[in-house]
Amino acid sequence: MSDAGLSARVATPRRSIFETLELDVRLLGMLMAFAAVAVVFTIWTGGTFVSPRNVFNIAVQTVPVAIMACGMVFVIVARNIDLSVGSMLAMCSAIMAMSQTHWLPSVFGTEYGNPAILLATVLIGLAAGTAMGSITGWLVGYQRIPSFIVTLGGLFVWRNVNWFTTNGQSVSLTDPNLLMFGGTEGVLGAPASWSLGIAASTLAVWAIVASRRNKQSHGFTVKPVWAETVMAGLIVGVILLFVGWLSRYPIPEAKLKRLFAASGQTMPEGYTAMHGLPISVLILILVAVAMTLIARKSRLGRYIFAAGGNPDAAELSGINTRLLTVKIFALMGFLCGLAALIAQARLQSHGNDIGMLEELRVIAAAVIGGTALAGGIGTIYGAVLGALIMQSLQSGMAMVGVDTPFQNIVVGLVLIIAVWVDILYRKRLGLSK
Amino acid sequence: MTDNRTPLVEMRDISISFGGIKAVDHVSIDLHPGEVVGLLGHNGAGKSTLIKILAGAYKADHGEILINGERVEIDNPRDARDLNIETIYQTLALADNLDAASNLFLGRELLRRGFVDDAKMEAETRKIMSRLNPNFRKFNVPVSALSGGQRQSVAIARAVYFNARILIMDEPTAALGPHETQMVAELIQELKAQGLGIFLIEHDIHNVMKLCDRASVMKNGELVGTVNVNEVTDDDILSMIILGKQPAHLAA
Repeated sequence: MSDAGLSARVATPRRSIFETLELDVRLLGMLMAFAAVAVVFTIWTGGTFVSPRNVFNIAVQTVPVAIMACGMVFVIVARNIDLSVGSMLAMCSAIMAMSQTHWLPSVFGTEYGNPAILLATVLIGLAAGTAMGSITGWLVGYQRIPSFIVTLGGLFVWRNVNWFTTNGQSVSLTDPNLLMFGGTEGVLGAPASWSLGIAASTLAVWAIVASRRNKQSHGFTVKPVWAETVMAGLIVGVILLFVGWLSRYPIPEAKLKRLFAASGQTMPEGYTAMHGLPISVLILILVAVAMTLIARKSRLGRYIFAAGGNPDAAELSGINTRLLTVKIFALMGFLCGLAALIAQARLQSHGNDIGMLEELRVIAAAVIGGTALAGGIGTIYGAVLGALIMQSLQSGMAMVGVDTPFQNIVVGLVLIIAVWVDILYRKRLGLSK
Repeated sequence: MTDNRTPLVEMRDISISFGGIKAVDHVSIDLHPGEVVGLLGHNGAGKSTLIKILAGAYKADHGEILINGERVEIDNPRDARDLNIETIYQTLALADNLDAASNLFLGRELLRRGFVDDAKMEAETRKIMSRLNPNFRKFNVPVSALSGGQRQSVAIARAVYFNARILIMDEPTAALGPHETQMVAELIQELKAQGLGIFLIEHDIHNVMKLCDRASVMKNGELVGTVNVNEVTDDDILSMIILGKQPAHLAA
């Protein structure tokens, strides 16, 4: 708290270390849960769980759900729900698969794999997602049909329009430029990853300093310098650890030889290269940062939270809440398109069941991440962390040989327990009755 | 009152119905600068509905609104705000999950390089609050953590900050204790002295006698009459509310 009047009060000695750091207790809880999952599986698997290779895989597998969960936070904060995201993902994926392999090549007479076609495909896919989201938003915002109903309908409709789009067939995708978005096939390598990590760290430190200066310029008391330093240190540490760890995952020798052969060269003896940051994870990070900026620092975000806290107040304050609903769902649709691109690139094909049941994972990620279904409360980083916790659990259980049905049982229980703990915590703080 | 100046607000012959029920039936009221006009009547008499038409929350089926003698169209709350009409609602139109500054500037955020400038907004909120409610300290918590009086001062601060000329207050003291009620009463006097026109919806007859210059009484959607408060007694006004008739000595 940076309350000027507060410093004079006697209550100051009882401030805990977390209050001084202004650390969100809920975030802290999630980080601890994540750490617990990591420690348990690391011990259980004898260290394999935290190997660069497995960290890389978990990161890559988390991306589509995490991207959509960012959009779901806004949807739920504004007191709506979107059950159709899995089907919208499938629909976007179908459109992109068909346009790059059939439609665009036949219209322009070019070969599959032409970069221009891929670019057009990506734009078409994102536009399709945005359009589908806008339709949902219009039905919810302007026609006042409950979002649960609209998107439950959408779940059936888009899933099956998807089926007709491809005639029920899987489409195999081999364009190397597309596969770059999938993970293993599109990595930045160690040097570029390190540079990005250092750039991101610099940016984070700059942001902390700038925010502190702005507060000081208005005469507010700010956190002690040591607290700011600790926070900055933690953030920089996490960024560099993550980047550094992924930069220790070597690309297999056979694959390197193939890559050299493809460009007509022979691989020098003893050559090695590391994976580094996958492009898909970079996209997720950019989405999360952009969505956080929208949530915290833009009018749009402020209005979304206001509408979730008190829809009447938002309306009476002159906010066009109907158009706001359209924007929220359009953004959700756009992110479904982006997630579809990454999902199909990772699977290297479009199948009918792509994104099946993904809506439930997305909602679960947002809710585990602290988004309240009653609206008004939620964070982007929470949703990403929620997706990461679920994926880690599942990946860890798979590694130690837990059967798939039991994995899903655990994930379901974790969802319930996460919300339960949150309710108990809020009761104890007196935040709710 | 023989006042020949152009009224600040004139609502002429306003009607609105909801599903066949006439909530407001051909009602005309006016308001002058530096004047407090009380709106009275039972629950469901149509006071809040009438005032919501002026605030842009509802659109009248019939009638016209004049501000400073000029006809205006008020289609939504934004139009009302553009005309410097600010409303403090009975239900306290605050978003509970946001802090005081975010609520004060809701819909009119201060920007810095395209992003909302929270520090600037908090500084401005502190400035206005030091004037309205010097004991206000809770700037960094959601307004759900505030008391009724503190919440009311946020709502009032919003109206005052944006230089309202016409202020609509829908039972501003309903949720408040005696001390906070006194604070709001003093504030109304101060705003009045600054030349604002205030419509005050009020149930407490003593507050009406104390704060208002004129009182318009409604019953079943119709205007019973408008009286100068210093020419009548509480009983006269009460009988207007209950019987729906002008007192005999004024009706002549």
